[in-house]
Parts: sequence; C-alpha cells; structure tokens
Amino acid sequence: MADEPTKPTQASLNKKAVEKTAYKPAGVSATGRNARRFAVRLWAVRHSRGLEWFYARFADLFLRLHPMWKAIGYDRAERPVKFIEKHVKGFLFDCRMCGQCVLSSTGMSCPMNCPKQLRNGPCGGVRANGNCEVEPDMPCVWVQAWNGSQQMVASQAILTVQKPVDQSLRETSAWLRTTALAAARTEAANSTEPA
Amino acid sequence: MSMSDVNPAGIHLPLDPLPGHSSRGRLERVLRRGEFAVTTELNPPDSADPEDVYNRAAIFDGWVDGINAVDASGANCHMSSVGICALLTRIGYAPIMQIACRDRNRIAIQGDVLGGAAMGVGNILCLTGDGVQAGDQPGAKPVFDLDCMSLLETIRIMRDNGKFLSGRKLTTPPQVFLGAAINPFAPPYDFRPHRLAKKIAAGAQFVQSQYCYDVPMFRTYMQKVRELGLTDQCFILCGVGPLASARTAKWMRANVPGVHIPDHIIARLEGATDQKKEGKQICIDIINEVKEIDGVSGIHVMAYRQEEFVAEIVHDSGVLRGRKPWRKEPNPANELAEAHIEEARELPRQSPHELAGVAADGGE
Repeated sequence: MADEPTKPTQASLNKKAVEKTAYKPAGVSATGRNARRFAVRLWAVRHSRGLEWFYARFADLFLRLHPMWKAIGYDRAERPVKFIEKHVKGFLFDCRMCGQCVLSSTGMSCPMNCPKQLRNGPCGGVRANGNCEVEPDMPCVWVQAWNGSQQMVASQAILTVQKPVDQSLRETSAWLRTTALAAARTEAANSTEPA
Repeated sequence: MSMSDVNPAGIHLPLDPLPGHSSRGRLERVLRRGEFAVTTELNPPDSADPEDVYNRAAIFDGWVDGINAVDASGANCHMSSVGICALLTRIGYAPIMQIACRDRNRIAIQGDVLGGAAMGVGNILCLTGDGVQAGDQPGAKPVFDLDCMSLLETIRIMRDNGKFLSGRKLTTPPQVFLGAAINPFAPPYDFRPHRLAKKIAAGAQFVQSQYCYDVPMFRTYMQKVRELGLTDQCFILCGVGPLASARTAKWMRANVPGVHIPDHIIARLEGATDQKKEGKQICIDIINEVKEIDGVSGIHVMAYRQEEFVAEIVHDSGVLRGRKPWRKEPNPANELAEAHIEEARELPRQSPHELAGVAADGGE
C-alpha cells in the first residue's frame, strides 16, 4: 500500500483543468483581494466590548428618535439610513446587508462573511491554525466570533440558536427594523400595564 | 438480534411505536436500551444500478445498527442519500439519511424529509456540508440556505409541532430520530462543547463525531460535555476508522477538511511492516480506549474504501459484547411456514369431506 503513489486530489485535478490565461486573480480567495477591509474586521472583533457599549447607546438613541422616524415615515427614512448603515457596517464588519443583524450575539464578527453563511457556530472544517476551510487565508469568522464574544458583557448571547436567514429581508435596514420592533414592544407593554 | 426489532408483517415496515421513542427505527431502540451501538457509512456508488447499493450494504450485515447514506460527501457527486435510503429501506436496513445544507434550500430539504420518512427512514443526520471547492464541481453554486443548527430545528418543528417552517400544518408528521455531527478536534476548542449544547437545544438526539485519532483530546472534550450535563440528553457516537497507510494518513490530514491526525499515529504507521494491518490495529486500539469513556454510547466506523474491514474491526474490538445486530435474513416466521408446507406435501392428501365425516363419527 505504501508503495502505491497517492491518488491526485480532486482539488489538484480541478486546478490543472483550468485554462491558463494571462490574468491571475490576486490570491485564490476573495478575501485576499480585500485585505484592507479584513484588517478592520479583525480590529472590530478585538474591540468587541467597546463596540457593544457603543451600540447599546446608539440603539437607545435610535429608539428615542422613534417619534421622528414615525413622523418622517419609516419607509421614507429607509433609503438614507440604509445608505449610512451599509457603509458604516460595511467598513467595520464587511457587512453583507442580510437585514437581520446578529453582530451582538456573534462577538462583532459578521457571520455572513462565512463562506457557508453559518449563523450558529463554526463548522467542523476549521483548520488547526484557526483559518477557514474554504478560504485558507481567511481567519475563521466563528473562531473570531468566539474570541470577540468572550470579551463582551453579553458573552452568553452566542449560545442562543439563531433562526434561518430570511432572504426576503436582504438589503434592508436592520437598524430601523430593530428600532420599530423595540418601539412596538414598549408600546404593547405600556398599553397592557394600565389595564 | 432482538426479535422485537423486526416488524413481523414485513422487514420493510416501521417498528411498533414505543413510549419515549421519537422514531420507529431500530437505531433509536438499540441506543435507548443502553446497548453500545455501531453505525457505519456506505460508500455511495457512481451508478444507477440498485445492486451496487445492495452489495455495498450487504458487507455490513449483522455487524452494524445503522448505515449512513451520505449526501455528496466532500462535495463530490454520487447517488443521492434519498435514493440510497429508498433502496435500503425497501429491504429492511436502517439507514441514517444525511442531509447537507450545501446543495438544497429549505423548500427542497423539507420535502426530502417528508419523502424520506414516508419511505421508512427513521434517522436523519443534519450536516452543514463541505464547501463546494473541495469536490469535483468547484464551479457549483453553494446554497447553504439553512445551517446544520436551523436544519435540526426545522425538522424538530416538523416532527414535534407537525408544521413546516412556514407554519403550514402537516397531516402526518415525520417520525425521525435526529442526529448531528460534532468535531471536537477543530478550533475553537473551548466553544465545541457549547456548540454541542446548542445542537441539543436545536433538536439533536444523537451525534456522530469526526474521525477520532487523538484520544486524550476527545477525553478532555467529553469531560467538558459531562460537566455541562449533555450526556443525559444525547447519545454520543465516536467516529473511528482504519488508516490504509502513513501516506493516506498524511494525505487525509492535508486534504480532508476537519480531520486531525497526531504525528505519533503517523509514526506508528510508518514503523510497521504491514501498514494496512497496523492501521486496522490502531483503529481497534482507539475503539477500546473510547468505549471506556463515560458518556460514549457507541461508535461510528468510517472505513472509506475499506468497508470489508468493518466487520473485522467490530468483531476484534468486542464492542457488541456478543450482541448480534439485525441482519438481512428471511423472516423466521416465513421459514417456519415454508417448512410446514414442505412437510404437508409428504403427508397423505386429506379431503375436507372425509375429515368432516371422521369428526362426525368420532365426536361424542
């Protein structure tokens, strides 16, 4: 058995079969091409506790602005808010605008950057060095998430089971949705209390 | 083999429901009786011939309690797990239908769960699946609509609440025993036991682990799992398998996602004169170590392209303790009936009229 040559792997066969052209993408993985953003993403995870503190204040402010959002109309506010949200979160977390943000439960590491888009923890393929199975030069999103979540106050939030992504909410503002939901909850609580 | 694990009306039919059991399959019964279970994996054929599946399953006859029907493992195209399960349930085997989230969205998966359960599949293993880059069609679109956790929860909702994910009602919910996979050998190590807890919360009733070659690491993992009190809520089957040679071991370590093989195993293989035999011996030694670990309810033998060794490994490790798992053999009741017919042929012919006359004369 030992003398038999090892069979070529499917991946190496695939590589050989690809036509050779003058154009070579920089690195095999998409993240290799986005190295700058990548550094920011890791920074965000290292500062997850500070970001958590900031987000709590920020969400509170948004909720207090609820009467204003209502006056303007949530649908009219959506475009500008979404624009800002997309660029701020895109810069900090490489946000993919799934529209149902779970960053506070994932240690400020966006799970939509996982090539398998896992929202409930790492797959079994994480490399021994903590990098991704699919994109070998990317640190596993979930290894980062675990590190980030352990620094946060809500360190147990990562243990809740997340629902599957609702694809119909893509490219919508998670900030406005959370605010509207929170406002509806407080209103419901207020209306039942006096009775 | 316990006779109660066969439906006397036909081997392809589900067993009688038992209290506390969520499926009508054999694997759940074996585990809940507290017996040490053995499961294995069927290497799916690249053909449309049912005989290929039957032949590959026949190798395991009488040695395993469940056969995993893999769903395009390693992202390579093979016969589908639904197809394999359809064939295996037809002749009485207890397949564990694997569902990977890589290739199908929630609409297709929920349909397959119903179809599988209708065919008599009693066990479903929920997996995320390897990335498409690992397989023979790297240009395919990765779906990953659900992940293993939400898949578990979806099927649990279908079974326990009788509803689709959308809330629409099912007329008959699927009765399945839900499984998941664990990999204690990949980082982040301290998250792994919590991830198992999450899987149990989502609906996992049994788990099969990735190949275990590092027993101390598995022991530490199990220690943490016991501390979290998870062993009472879930049956843990440890994944084991023989290595064909030191070269294969090195290849697997480098190319199969999530496989961790320590250097001392490779050194032991390299030092042996017959590497294949040594690989089998290592596997048996590992089984003997893990079966003693508190909380391990069984083993999952993955002998890719060495399926003929499964029987030998199970026998030599003695994990069955003399128990004989179900094997595909003619129904003993049918055999008895056939014997009676044979006997009757040799007896003198009796006509009902004569018999009635004898009875009338002899009757007091």
